[in-house]
Amino acid sequence: MNVQSTRIIVSVIGQDKVGIIAGVSAVLAQAQASILDISQTVMQDCFSMIMMVDLEKAAVSFDQLKHLLAEKGNDLGVRIDAQQEDVFRYMHRL
Amino acid sequence: MSRLHFQPEEILETIRMVQMENLDIRTITMGISLRDCADADLKTCATLAYDKICRLAARLVKVGEEIERDYGVPIINKRISVTPIAMVAERCAADDYTLMATSLDRAAAEVGVNFIGGFSALVQKGYTRGDQTLIASIPDALASTQRVCASVNVATTKAGINMDAVAQMGRIIKQTAEMTAAQGGVGCAKLVVFCNAVEDNPFMAGAFHGIGEPECVINVGVSGPGVVLRAIEQHPDADFGELAAIIKRTAFKVTRMGELAGRVASQKLGVPFGIVDLSLAPTPAQGDSVARILEEMGLERVGTHGSTAALAMLNDAVKKGGAMASTQVGGLSGAFIPVSEDIGMIEAAELGVLSFDKLEAMTCVCSVGLDMIAIPGDTPAETISGIIADEAAIGMINRKTTAVRVIPVPGKQVGDAVEFGGLLGRAPIMPVNTMSCARFIARGGRIPAPLQALNN
Repeated sequence: MNVQSTRIIVSVIGQDKVGIIAGVSAVLAQAQASILDISQTVMQDCFSMIMMVDLEKAAVSFDQLKHLLAEKGNDLGVRIDAQQEDVFRYMHRL
Repeated sequence: MSRLHFQPEEILETIRMVQMENLDIRTITMGISLRDCADADLKTCATLAYDKICRLAARLVKVGEEIERDYGVPIINKRISVTPIAMVAERCAADDYTLMATSLDRAAAEVGVNFIGGFSALVQKGYTRGDQTLIASIPDALASTQRVCASVNVATTKAGINMDAVAQMGRIIKQTAEMTAAQGGVGCAKLVVFCNAVEDNPFMAGAFHGIGEPECVINVGVSGPGVVLRAIEQHPDADFGELAAIIKRTAFKVTRMGELAGRVASQKLGVPFGIVDLSLAPTPAQGDSVARILEEMGLERVGTHGSTAALAMLNDAVKKGGAMASTQVGGLSGAFIPVSEDIGMIEAAELGVLSFDKLEAMTCVCSVGLDMIAIPGDTPAETISGIIADEAAIGMINRKTTAVRVIPVPGKQVGDAVEFGGLLGRAPIMPVNTMSCARFIARGGRIPAPLQALNN
């Protein structure tokens, strides 16, 4: 069974403020990672955004991208994680 | 249909489980057969074993770290289990196998794993010369190594209880404690006495690579007491049917994570995937306690009346949920109740509401046994043997794995405490029954296999 895919899930969680989506999208654009889907919610002041991103044509490695996203998260004061999609597929689907 | 495939809530749930509720893969354990390392010369045997472990496990830690990075799920331990050394070293005439232990220790350090299990012997029905030599070497082996774990199987449902081995293990535990007295008898934290030991257990200190196992295999142990606790906290008024369903659903998700990690590790390492051990294994960290789950069910403190029922329900629900989630379930699979490694157990023992006898009762319905319990340093060897015999009887009659890992802490009395640090935690010294069982233990021989064994 092939469990590795090129798709990752980027999750952003933190205080809502202006420019979060723009900031994260800019990092992904620069890395030539393509955004397949975005879902975003704001509950009270807590902002959460989930992006599905394809790294097939990305200019940077998954590791480097994680690093770039974490740096951007620091700038924006939010927590940004990137994980392979399979982890969610495995946990929630049979 | 959304291209995201998942509900955002599902993704947030996974992230919350990892970041806030201590969901983790507790261990990826590589089982390695050392059967081909036997040699007439102990030194050659030790070198062959060292070389084989270093070769097969060279990439284990790196692959574990890659999986952590890719999936964002911590893998706490990368470990190795090997063929019981009594069988590997038996070919040589040496009368001490400590050299095998120091070689295992060096190999573990070389490949970067924190524990290596398999300094073991299976003597439920009797000893071979190799078994005798190995058991006699245990105190020295554990005192002269950091990462080696030892285990001895003294009973099975099929064979009965080898009471000579039970008597000897009482003495070996005492000697091991004395030889590691400067560290609170920590050698005993790496020594397990089993009934019905399993061959594919990925958890230490009792892991070894059974003789029916393949050349090399990846076994995974999952955990997540914090996740289960959080799930039932959200349903304070649920009845037991609902509670069981909640635990099953949670155990399913936790186990899926282990299944994924095991499959990826197996693929990356080119080694077959063995089993997922679906256990709730606590750590001393806040929020990673099995005791807290039982307390959340409505017990003021673990150890009070109702604890055994609560644990039975938890253990069963974990298995039912996990069994659906994995293609190959094995190992110990259930809930662990080590005292020193679980903050809720430590507190209850300190308050005196969790007694040794209640722990013994609880082992009838959980996955292992009397685990990581510190007892007075002057406890006689025969009393420790009596503890082992009781626990083995529970395992033998109920066709389950039971184990004893007690630490008679040298120089300490009830009221004192011992600190092992790290994953091994800390423990108050618990009182044991002071009436002697020496005459019972001195009888020797074997307790015959029970009627339960005659099922063919």
